Amino acid sequence: MNTKVLIAPSPHVHSGDSIQKNMYGVVFAMLPALIFSFVYFGLGAIIVTLTAVASCYLFEFLITKYLLKRVPTLNDGSALITGILLAFNVPSNLPIWIILIGALVAIGIGKMTFGGLGNNVFNPALVGRVFLLISFPVQMTSWPKPLGFDTAYFDAETGATPLALIKEGLKKGEPLSQLMHDVPSNIDLLMGNMGGSMGEVAGVALLLGLLYMLFKKIISWHIPVAVLGTVAIFSGILHMASPEAYAGPLFHILTGGLLLGAIFMATDYVTSPMSNKGMIIYGIGIGVLTVVIRVFGAYPEGVSFAILIMNAFVPLINVYVKPKRFGEKRK
Amino acid sequence: MLKTFSLGGIHPAENKLSASSAIQVLPIPETVSIPISQHIGAPATPIVKKNDEVKVGQLIAKSSGFVSANIHSSVSGTVFKVDEIMDASGFRRTSIIIKVNGDEWMETIDRSADLVKEISASKEEIVKKIAEAGIVGLGGATFPAHVKLSVPPGKTAEVLIINAVECEPYLTSDHRVMLEKGDEVLVGTQILMKALGVNKAIIGIENNKPDAIAHLTSLAANYQGVEICPLKTQYPQGGEKQLISAIIKREIPSGTLPIEVGAVVQNVGTALAVYEAIQKNKPLFERVATITGKSLKNPSNWKFRIGTPIKDLIDAAGGLPEDTGKIVGGGPMMGKALTTVDVPLTKGSSGLLLLPREEAIRKESKPCIRCGKCISVCPMGLEPFLLMVLADKKEYDRLESDAVMDCIECGSCSFTCPANRPLLDYIRLGKGKVGQIMRSRK
Repeated sequence: MNTKVLIAPSPHVHSGDSIQKNMYGVVFAMLPALIFSFVYFGLGAIIVTLTAVASCYLFEFLITKYLLKRVPTLNDGSALITGILLAFNVPSNLPIWIILIGALVAIGIGKMTFGGLGNNVFNPALVGRVFLLISFPVQMTSWPKPLGFDTAYFDAETGATPLALIKEGLKKGEPLSQLMHDVPSNIDLLMGNMGGSMGEVAGVALLLGLLYMLFKKIISWHIPVAVLGTVAIFSGILHMASPEAYAGPLFHILTGGLLLGAIFMATDYVTSPMSNKGMIIYGIGIGVLTVVIRVFGAYPEGVSFAILIMNAFVPLINVYVKPKRFGEKRK
Repeated sequence: MLKTFSLGGIHPAENKLSASSAIQVLPIPETVSIPISQHIGAPATPIVKKNDEVKVGQLIAKSSGFVSANIHSSVSGTVFKVDEIMDASGFRRTSIIIKVNGDEWMETIDRSADLVKEISASKEEIVKKIAEAGIVGLGGATFPAHVKLSVPPGKTAEVLIINAVECEPYLTSDHRVMLEKGDEVLVGTQILMKALGVNKAIIGIENNKPDAIAHLTSLAANYQGVEICPLKTQYPQGGEKQLISAIIKREIPSGTLPIEVGAVVQNVGTALAVYEAIQKNKPLFERVATITGKSLKNPSNWKFRIGTPIKDLIDAAGGLPEDTGKIVGGGPMMGKALTTVDVPLTKGSSGLLLLPREEAIRKESKPCIRCGKCISVCPMGLEPFLLMVLADKKEYDRLESDAVMDCIECGSCSFTCPANRPLLDYIRLGKGKVGQIMRSRK
């Protein structure tokens, strides 16, 4: 026989799934929220997104090629996700130079320091976002109002986020029932008619993305359900204990980027646990920390910090929380 | 909701190209090479020598222990030599090479096609005869059938499960056997029930074979205690542990055998062989295999004499396609890649798959992105990504405590991995080493 044949151990076929398919699947799932942000915030949102994405690609290329001296692999789609997520997590009037710093920190410190895709401990986009929040608190918390497509960029009309409004009001001793009149209705919150980071406001678009990712089996339900469920239960208990001091569960879920965090940030493959049980523990941790920071902490919003803190626990969770083995006695 | 197993699982493209092709009889070759080790356990001991005349069905190598199996001649003719030749494992192993002359069967074999339903043999006779007939598990694992039928003291068999799942993509030999030899399979099942002393047998068939489910269900009405259980199509349902979990919802504890949960599993092809051995006095020297592949002219199913060169099977189906990149003995998930087509077909040959070159080449392996998909598909609840790293780092203690020995090597992890990581390759290495360490401890 003249034909040369390959010899390799089984399996001899592959599903055809790839890193790219999953990454671009996530990008596709983010499109509804991206479109909403363009519609609500106009030109500013487009500038912020393009800057963030382009700079993430650029920094990844430069660092891989000149510092790590490896062949840059930009086509895996992960820099695109980091870029869009970074844009989603900042106000749409953020100056370009600040975005560049954010992208450098996200890619440089958040990702490449650890060795690139697959090795980072913390969600890169969140590392960038939190760095900016601490370094540029003024620019990072002046939220343009979603006024419909607008060509204004720097001079956009700004307002506070619902969570910040409530936190400020409660500090001044105003009753919650009074304050709730000043914040948008639940329907408005769901549709994104509130101040906030450009990608976090449109709950309905984010939920569409979640459905797509679940349908395509890009992510499993465990993390989003654990995060949202925990926030609902925890804030619900507080609300029932003292309705005048603590906002209700639906308000907590629809505000402050919780949906963005639970759907797109906490579910990042690299920085979340591997087993289903681990994912649920991690999700509960994020939910509890989010409510604790929002209600008892200094910051009105706590999702980013909660995810980063739980990111740090992921290696520990992976070591101690094992999947249920076949044939193991169920307790 | 159709039943399936408790953890993990995948659904690869089924590609059952030969499902509608009726079983044909492969011509007897001029020479057969019959390896003395076609089963798990000790190789058989040859009892013929050069120039001996043999008949079809004559014993030519004797079982050399409890876990071993008799080997019978599949042809009539003259023993040319007893020598080492390369078999499907890629190693040179002792084989009995016979020059064919005519087709003269042992007189004891009943060659009529009449169905014999009455089971006159006693429980003990059945087990003894199955051992004499050299019957091994025909699903591919080739574990001697009589061993599983000898229930160890202190354990009781409650139910016989017939594995008619054929979860490997491409393969259709079991499917055709059910359609064409339904009654024989059911009588064989009742013989196995008698051997085990159980009054219940369940035949598990995946719902991608609705015709087989319908056919056997209608026939089974005439066979007391035999039940057909349609299953959701999910790989690796044909794994013994997975099949038991799917059908009777019991999980075999790690490191134990199916009898621990009262079950004994036999393949549907084995049931047919048992029927022939007990009712027709015919030892195992022929079986059915699928020859298949997307570029192959005529994917089909063939009854062949054991020891026939693989080449004959390929030629019968239209010859080796130009673009062949890999020749797989068995299915695409657990089959073995062969180096040449000159190796003989054996008792364990359930199929032969010719993969086109572009499908045979593995894609480049990328870094793990920790997506956890390998965990979610693992039917044993293991962490393939971790086992791979541990095997690579030679962390054998941790491999053992992370249950590497539970791995059934189904390949679902490697199949699924979006980064194309060779997970199972490393896990196999780790398993081999941990197995060695565990044995040396005893």
